[in-house]
Amino acid sequence: MKVYLDHAATTYVDEDVLQAMMPYFVDTFGNASSQHQYGQASLNAVDRAREQVAAAICARPSEIYFTSGGTEADNWAIKGIAHAYQHKGKHLITTVVEHHAVLHPMEQLEKEGFEVTYLPVHADGRVDLEALKKAIRPDTILISVMFANNEIGTIQPIAEIGKIAKEHKIFFHTDAVQAMGACPIDVKELGIDLLSMSAHKFYGPKGVGALYIRTGVKPQKLITGGAQERTMRGGTLNTPGIVGMGEALSKAVRDMEKNNEHIRALRDYFVAEVLKCIPDVVVNGGMEHRLPNNANISFKFIEGESILLSLDMDGIAASSGSACSSGSLDPSHVLLATGLPVEYAHGSIRFTFGKSTTKEAVDYTLECLKNTIEKLRAWSPLYADHIRR
Amino acid sequence: MAYSQALIERFRNPKNVGEIADANGIGRVGNASCGDIMEIYLKIENNIVVDAKFKTFGCASAIASSDVACDLIRGRTVEDALKLTNDEIVKELDGLPAQKIHCSILASEAIALAVEYYRNGGKMPTEDKMV
Ligand SMILES: Cc1ncc(COP(=O)(O)O)c(C=O)c1O
Ligand SMILES: [Zn+2]
Repeated sequence: MKVYLDHAATTYVDEDVLQAMMPYFVDTFGNASSQHQYGQASLNAVDRAREQVAAAICARPSEIYFTSGGTEADNWAIKGIAHAYQHKGKHLITTVVEHHAVLHPMEQLEKEGFEVTYLPVHADGRVDLEALKKAIRPDTILISVMFANNEIGTIQPIAEIGKIAKEHKIFFHTDAVQAMGACPIDVKELGIDLLSMSAHKFYGPKGVGALYIRTGVKPQKLITGGAQERTMRGGTLNTPGIVGMGEALSKAVRDMEKNNEHIRALRDYFVAEVLKCIPDVVVNGGMEHRLPNNANISFKFIEGESILLSLDMDGIAASSGSACSSGSLDPSHVLLATGLPVEYAHGSIRFTFGKSTTKEAVDYTLECLKNTIEKLRAWSPLYADHIRR
Repeated sequence: MAYSQALIERFRNPKNVGEIADANGIGRVGNASCGDIMEIYLKIENNIVVDAKFKTFGCASAIASSDVACDLIRGRTVEDALKLTNDEIVKELDGLPAQKIHCSILASEAIALAVEYYRNGGKMPTEDKMV
């Protein structure tokens, strides 16, 4: 049996989405910037996709800028605001649990002389709002807090942060890459000034995303070249990708409740069974404010990469923040930030469920997981110590 | 992570995992920063390693390396067992990804400690190599 439980890494392209994209590879292949009919046909498709994306977050189409994905959108938002508004101040606020697509631009800006405050999180993964209020200074120009975490699924108090940002007249960016299609989002209601998204996380194609920029907010350009995207982002538009993104997002939002219900039921069942059948495990992140698709579990006495590989040999795909496979020596910065001890952090696996995951697949995974954990523990000197004690 | 077929096979079916009840050489090394901890058990008779087993907490490379190391030193004299190099292990695994080499280095360190234990007459070496 083959089971894919890594939907937070990427999803397959939904069949309807693929069908919507197909005409834009061969038949309607024009450059959306061209004046002739070929170009105008592509432009019409892009305009329609822009409307779909805007509608999904209650924005205006003119506030949507297509990018090459989530990483570019994050880079643009953060560096763009920092560079455009540095005359007002050089202080930025973010959190310790952000994706590297946010953390690395922040680090780059620090080297340029900006100051960055990295907010801590509680054990459930949520940011400390009091710490946020205390971190705000007269020279703070941007708060960037992710909507939902990619490793442990924690949903941040976005509305509260939006309110605090507005009170202090500070721009608020959120990386919503993991939240799209899972959380209802109204950018106006939530006080969001900039929002990053990526199509391949909601059954759209890879290599296309968008940045929402509220009217009146003017980040510096990141990609310069052509006059595309109202001169804000150069480069020939990826018409099939953009069409796929529009279709994928509108379908994801339309089916949100149904998908969430299905996915949450499987996830809750999985977590309950793991806790019942496997001793010495920890579920990472709080269960209350959490994406329905995410289960992140630490298995004591064994290491994540070997769990992952063993499951892979059974046909099950999951993910580990394993230090050893990521090339860095430290276990996941997110898990450590929640206060998880290092010995647990090394044995952590992320399972992320999808809309076509079945109960049979989950049962098969549970069976293989039990065997894998038992086997690897029998091989572990730390487990032997534990048994002797 | 492009692992070789040899490594996958070792990880799937390690031949030498376990403890030796009457081991007269035991060595444990650990690298908490990477998350690899390896314990080697040796049965030494007339200066020959007649049996070697391991238990390892770690990634697939660390587990496969331990398993290969046990095979490589079985039948060797104690002196030759000490000469086991990391290169021999990597070769037996048909190579390792660059960032995984350090996981295979533990095996020779664990063997050195196990021999020290043996030469100490069955006492754990005083220096604690666990970090
Ligand atoms: C929270 C978060 N931000 C950003 C990204 C990067 O998105 P992309 O792969 O589209 O560049 C990801 C995807 O891994 C993510 O999970
Ligand atoms: Zn390792």
